[in-house]
Amino acid sequence: MISKKNKSALFNPLSQENPVLVQILGICSALAVTANLGPALVMGLSVIVVLAFSNVIISLMRKTIPTTIRIIVQLVVVAALVIIVQQFLIAFSYDVSKQLSVFVGLIITNCILMGRLEAFALNNRPWPSFLDGVGNGLGYTIVLAIVAFFRELLGSGTLLGFQVVPQWCYEHGYENNGLMILPPMALITLACIIWVHRSRNAELQEK
Amino acid sequence: MTMNKNSNIYQIVYSSILVVLVGAVLAVIYMTLKPMQDENIANDKRKQILSALHVTCDNDADVKEKYEKYIVADILADETDEAGHPKAQERGAAFDVDMAANMKLEADKRKLPMFEAKMDDGTTKYVIPVYGAGLWGPIWGYVALNDDGNTVYGTNFSHQGETPGLGARITEQEFQDKFNGKQLIKEGAFKSVEVVKKGQKPSNGGDYVDAITGATITSRGVSDMLAKCLEPYKKFLGGISEEKTTESTNKDVKEE
Repeated sequence: MISKKNKSALFNPLSQENPVLVQILGICSALAVTANLGPALVMGLSVIVVLAFSNVIISLMRKTIPTTIRIIVQLVVVAALVIIVQQFLIAFSYDVSKQLSVFVGLIITNCILMGRLEAFALNNRPWPSFLDGVGNGLGYTIVLAIVAFFRELLGSGTLLGFQVVPQWCYEHGYENNGLMILPPMALITLACIIWVHRSRNAELQEK
Repeated sequence: MTMNKNSNIYQIVYSSILVVLVGAVLAVIYMTLKPMQDENIANDKRKQILSALHVTCDNDADVKEKYEKYIVADILADETDEAGHPKAQERGAAFDVDMAANMKLEADKRKLPMFEAKMDDGTTKYVIPVYGAGLWGPIWGYVALNDDGNTVYGTNFSHQGETPGLGARITEQEFQDKFNGKQLIKEGAFKSVEVVKKGQKPSNGGDYVDAITGATITSRGVSDMLAKCLEPYKKFLGGISEEKTTESTNKDVKEE
């Protein structure tokens, strides 16, 4: 079940082939949902679920899909899965669905999904495709969590909604950095993470 | 038998079957989950109304129980009897008003739903639903008033898609609590409670709270929503505040 190839499908996307840091995909949602840590984590989880299952479904269908309309077929599958996730969230976890509001719908436009379906699921069997989906989803979630950690800590002084920066700091003139909450700082934070990541992985550096 | 996967007929048949299949699956899921979703949405509404009354709930069953306990009557403020008192309404008459659709109607055709609540200490509160527009989408909420029909007891605001950390902060208790004790009517005229930039004051001399820094449009949305939605109630609110004053003066006379 866990061959060497499957292992690399699951673990490579965490760092060496990270969809956000290395392939620079899914940047739009990394900007949108990372002002607070909570929504970022739930968004990551939703992406893992949708990505894993759409990978499996497309992999099962791969021998029947006409190549000329494969993108549309992929879109239909992804959109259907996203709607299903959304409906289940409203029915069973209404508070979470309220927190995520429009972002779940935006999973459809997440480039990582189309990228993995095109690059992996169309040419591989269901089980490796499933692992690839989970791996890439995790890689995405890790980056989102790191960005959201710094943005929420510096922008709101909280983590997961709990106050982390002690009250006496505010009393002595410490102020939350409002800029961290705005999208530009998400981009700069992300760029810093990519910088650190590249400097630690010499083989990823472009000559 | 091998098929030409790229022939037109194969493509058309393939995509048709796929779309019909996916459509059917989604329809079935939607229909099975609909009752639960409706229940969740109604319960969330109850929770918001209770939150405006500073009543916190642990779980869904708790929400229902407390709602039944505290909310004693549904009122439609514009449907009055000859004496000018609102007619008694069936349970749920105000609860079932869809505020989004209601606000689209012309001002004189709108219903004016409100809820009467009896708190633990025996005081009566009135909760008025409000609905307006933020920066990205609709915002709505509930304003609870004391039985003088003037002083704000508590508020609860919700939004669909305001920016997290900015406009979305209208849902934070800290912002909502700023409205407590503010008065809608000053010197006999309806002034609403305005949300203005820190350091500024509204020109009409009414009560105000500080806006959220960086969320100018959402803050203004809250301000406009309160003015627009509460104003039609002023006749009814004036009515109950007058009654209250006559009651208390009568009491004073008796005591003397």
